[in-house]
Amino acid sequence: MLEGGATSRWHARLTLGLLLAPALLWLGALIILPHAELAVLSFRERIAPRHYAPSLAQYKTFFMEPLYWHVFVHTAVMSVIATFMTLLLAFPIAWVIAKLARGRAGSLLFIVCLIPFWVSETVRTLGWMILLRESGVLPALLVKLHVTAMPVELLYHDATIFVGLVYSSLLFMIVPLVSSLESLDNSLIEAAYDMGAGGFAILRTIVIPHAAPGITAGCIVVFMLTLGNYLTPTLLGGKNSQWFTEQIYAQFITRFNWEQGAAFGFLLLGLSTALVVLGLRLSGQRFGDVMRRT
Amino acid sequence: MSTADLVASAVVKRFASHTAVDSLSFSVERGSFFSILGPSGCGKTTLLRMIAGFLAPDSGDIAIGGNSMAGVAPNRRPVNMVFQQLALFPMMNVGENVAYGLARRGVKRAERMRRSAAMLERVGLSGAALKRVDELSGGQRQRVAIARSMVLEPTLLLLDEPLGALDLKLREHMKIELKQLQAAFGTTFVYITHDQSEALVLSDHVGVMNQGRFEQLGTPQDLYYRPLTPFVASFVGANNRIVGRCTARHAQIAEIATADGWIIHAWVHGTVGVGDAVEAFVRPEIATLARAAADLPADQPRHGGEVQSVLFDGANSAVLLQETKTRREFRISLPQTGLFSDLKPRDCIAFGFDPARAACYPARAGSAGQDA
Repeated sequence: MLEGGATSRWHARLTLGLLLAPALLWLGALIILPHAELAVLSFRERIAPRHYAPSLAQYKTFFMEPLYWHVFVHTAVMSVIATFMTLLLAFPIAWVIAKLARGRAGSLLFIVCLIPFWVSETVRTLGWMILLRESGVLPALLVKLHVTAMPVELLYHDATIFVGLVYSSLLFMIVPLVSSLESLDNSLIEAAYDMGAGGFAILRTIVIPHAAPGITAGCIVVFMLTLGNYLTPTLLGGKNSQWFTEQIYAQFITRFNWEQGAAFGFLLLGLSTALVVLGLRLSGQRFGDVMRRT
Repeated sequence: MSTADLVASAVVKRFASHTAVDSLSFSVERGSFFSILGPSGCGKTTLLRMIAGFLAPDSGDIAIGGNSMAGVAPNRRPVNMVFQQLALFPMMNVGENVAYGLARRGVKRAERMRRSAAMLERVGLSGAALKRVDELSGGQRQRVAIARSMVLEPTLLLLDEPLGALDLKLREHMKIELKQLQAAFGTTFVYITHDQSEALVLSDHVGVMNQGRFEQLGTPQDLYYRPLTPFVASFVGANNRIVGRCTARHAQIAEIATADGWIIHAWVHGTVGVGDAVEAFVRPEIATLARAAADLPADQPRHGGEVQSVLFDGANSAVLLQETKTRREFRISLPQTGLFSDLKPRDCIAFGFDPARAACYPARAGSAGQDA
């Protein structure tokens, strides 16, 4: 009997282990191992060909060089603004899907939001370039409507990067917002309305507090995607877009300075972690609660 | 008649082809407890939502406290509502819930907290202000929902079946509590329910609603003892329903024969001629039981039956008989004296009732021939 119990417990453990194996492998081989390697890389310095010594030189370079600093802060600020803009745009859409559209109309709207993601990100971004470049569709339209005398270059501005970033992250904001707004009981809204609240007061006192975990979850996902985005800032912002991922790319690929690139990678990881923690603190949310909502 | 807090005049609401509220007019006196009683789908929720302002009537007018409410939004009406699922705000504590409406009116924080604490004390929840809503029991939540509305001193408090979600024991308790709260506040309550016992216990006046209209509007006693229509007779209180034809009239008493040949007598309401299809109703408590037919009052028609089952329920105990000739089911309340406590299935027994207390109506369209 005793032996039987032990065997079945061992079986249960084996089952659990096998079920977790793919996830653990994925986590270990694709996330922990490369990061460990990058960490080692970032904390060494080449003193002679094929000779390396442990050092903090890579991080020192970052803090001493104003250009790197500037790009770092610029990326962070732009990502925060892009996340906020995505939230402002996604909220009304999520509200319509969750509360106003009934049955099929709601799922149809959801699919409309999803359709652009059937096309690869590169192609989507190139589509924006076709629309916005000097000889493109939108500048030509502006000339035709006599808004501008000459076609204007709409690419390579910060605003252009925002358009691309917001466009590519909208869905990741809409999904958690819809699920958190759907769970909001309509009678709470009616009760607030009944007790004298107007539209804005209902939004502020009922809807936003209820949707807070969904809002935070969406913001975290969108912020991380934006901060780590390489394609959109490079294609729409051009060479002067000053996105931090471009600096990492340049160190690894152009300069062959893997040590510097690894250090930058860790700095970006630190930045996103710090900003997410700050965001959670400011909104009074807990990470676990937020992740359960997504 | 004293001042009316709520006056509805010819209110109509249609949804597509279905008329939910059909040209309804009534008024509710200040300080009274008014119930709208009806089965689900009768239009009572639609009516309540029109009073609250969430729906606009297609025609007709609703006046509250003497002012027409046409075009007035819910947040500007002197009306508050206790929702079916209460709709307490889970993101706020109890005190903030009660103070919510005051905050929307721009009452200062300290004053708001003072008034919400005073209101919580009035409903017996002093000291609960800092609790979370989900820490309260069902009955306490009920009281918070009422306090949250009453703190705004509305002209009219609307209650949308607020006891529906509670279990039976708590419901009985909250019924009494609601009546006491209403008496203490003196506010006009408009209460909707499908539970006839809630309506009878709580109300000063009840409107029995069916298919968008009031079948009868009156005191609970009126509805119970003097129902005007067969719908009210069958919906309010327990009743034996007997369908048949009028075979003779002796002044207001009709002689009624069922299709299978049982003859009973009942008081006529409305116009019933000999040969007309009728519905008769006999309340279980007006019938008297006797071991032998000779023991029944001499002036009452006598019937016989066989006990089918004894339904023991304390003070509400009854016996289910089968009438000897037709095997029709007939329910009779057992007397409180315990006189018939030894009845067993298949016992034969005599019964009779005063025809003047049984009611007979012209049969409703489409209901003839069906038995309840």
